[in-house]
Amino acid sequence: MIHFDNVSKRYPGGHTGLSNVSFRIEAEEMVFLTGHSGAGKSTLLKLIGLLERSSGGQVHVNGRNLTRLKNSKIPYHRREVGMIFQDHRLLHDRTVFDNVALPLVVSGLGHKETGRRVRAALDKVGLLHKEKEPPVTLSGGEQQRVGIARAVVSKPPLLLADEPTGNLDPELSREIMDLFSQFNQVGVTLLIATHDIELITRMNKRILTLKKGTLDGDTQAEGSA
Amino acid sequence: MSLSTLLRAPQIWLQRHAQVALSSLGRLFNNSLASFMTCAVIGIALALPIGLHVILNNLQTISGGWDSGASISLFLEQSVSDEQAAALAQKLRLHQRIESVELVRKDAALAEFRRLSGFAEALEALDNNPLPALLVIQPKSDYSTAETAQLLVRELGLLPEADIVQLDLQWVRRLQAITVIAQRAVLVLATLLGLAVLLIIGNTIRLEIQNRQAEIEITKLIGATNAFIRRPFLYTGFWYGLFGGIIAWLLVAISVTLLRGPVSNLANLYESAFDLSSLDWMNILALLAGSAILGLIGSWLAVGKHLSAVEPS
Ligand SMILES: Nc1ncnc2c1ncn2[C@@H]1O[C@H](COP(=O)(O)OP(=O)(O)OP(=O)(O)O)[C@@H](O)[C@H]1O
Ligand SMILES: [Mg+2]
Repeated sequence: MIHFDNVSKRYPGGHTGLSNVSFRIEAEEMVFLTGHSGAGKSTLLKLIGLLERSSGGQVHVNGRNLTRLKNSKIPYHRREVGMIFQDHRLLHDRTVFDNVALPLVVSGLGHKETGRRVRAALDKVGLLHKEKEPPVTLSGGEQQRVGIARAVVSKPPLLLADEPTGNLDPELSREIMDLFSQFNQVGVTLLIATHDIELITRMNKRILTLKKGTLDGDTQAEGSA
Repeated sequence: MSLSTLLRAPQIWLQRHAQVALSSLGRLFNNSLASFMTCAVIGIALALPIGLHVILNNLQTISGGWDSGASISLFLEQSVSDEQAAALAQKLRLHQRIESVELVRKDAALAEFRRLSGFAEALEALDNNPLPALLVIQPKSDYSTAETAQLLVRELGLLPEADIVQLDLQWVRRLQAITVIAQRAVLVLATLLGLAVLLIIGNTIRLEIQNRQAEIEITKLIGATNAFIRRPFLYTGFWYGLFGGIIAWLLVAISVTLLRGPVSNLANLYESAFDLSSLDWMNILALLAGSAILGLIGSWLAVGKHLSAVEPS
């Protein structure tokens, strides 16, 4: 599903985001990405979602060589990658429903089908009763769930999450992780960047560790190959 | 793709466009005071050249109507008697370029002058009639355009009996020449103000893009194409242009209505049934289409320049 081959990212101004990172994530895996602040976690996710382009090496996602993808094709790539952010990135002048519907509106889905899928996604994250509210009236955890509903509403095969539980208390964090596990069980590939070591050790999944832009560790989940 | 999805595709496309058009309209109404001011500025900028165009059209109607009615006044020498004048009139009636000749005898000329000038008492004091005889000559219609009538004027001027030959067309020609200049000026003005409208709309859209930067970033993150992001801004520009055009139309229509009464009074004084004309339906359609297109171009320019700069991070 994701294949990094000797990937580097230098930012303008000489900052190094990533250097010579190689790994492979298969379809239907659930993988955590960890490392100190500034290690390059966000950079790695941005390369997968094509928010940034690599400055060296090859990035393949879902059978597509991103290094060669034309700018005009980026939107169609992003539609196949659900992205979740620590700061939710919701539109505050729209209702919860409209926020979640956005990916479907963008890809030009019909009215009825959109309504059906948005409600299914909101139901999944337990916020169907808030569909008419604006996001500001929701708690941080609820807003994060709206962001998750938006990321999964178009049923992308791959979900990326950058510090999805960053601002949430342990209880809420666990709820969010359970939600991710449920998506993983129905075949979605997940890559989740987080600082929260305690949380991810408990999840017992594969962990990629970054250190100053290089891959420092790749530990498989206990009890799996 | 099945046949039914194929058939539904254009329907969905239309549905989406209608939705975007309406939501950008809704946005304008939500911010109605600012939107109205922008539209009013556009309307005033457009109304200026269009109003001038209407005035010029009316001037052309006036001068055009008089063009073919050219008549030549041939004032004879004071020494030429009424009898000699009558003989000359008879001779000129046979001229191949002349349709008719009307003789105004010295007495008649004096009587007319008395009636119109209000100098009746002063004239009473004169022993003899100071006025010459006058021949009012109507050229044949083939020769009645401004240029050919001019030739006839020169020919008549060479007659020994002739004192002053006057083509009543003179002022009409001057008016026509001025009209042509004014038309050019209006064209230049229209171009400049059209550019101003482009800038106004471009700048308004630029501010709008700035205000909605976060929204644009998020929409791009989710996989929106540039076309999708551009669309609401193009519709906004379109609406600004269209409403500006409507305001321009109203301004011109109101001005013409206000002027119509005084102008027809003035026309009555000249014994003319001249009626001030306003914009016809074709003009109005052209105005609205033109202003809407101007709006589209203005927003297109702004969007092309500023949207690509917004990239998610
Ligand atoms: N837009 C940018 N321009 C220049 N340098 C950048 C940019 N984004 C990131 N960097 C640099 O790249 C390196 C990796 O940053 P990145 O955001 O990927 O780290 P991170 O692991 O996500 O950290 P955190 O846990 O704090 O979010 C840092 O040294 C950072 O300064
Ligand atoms: Mg980060």
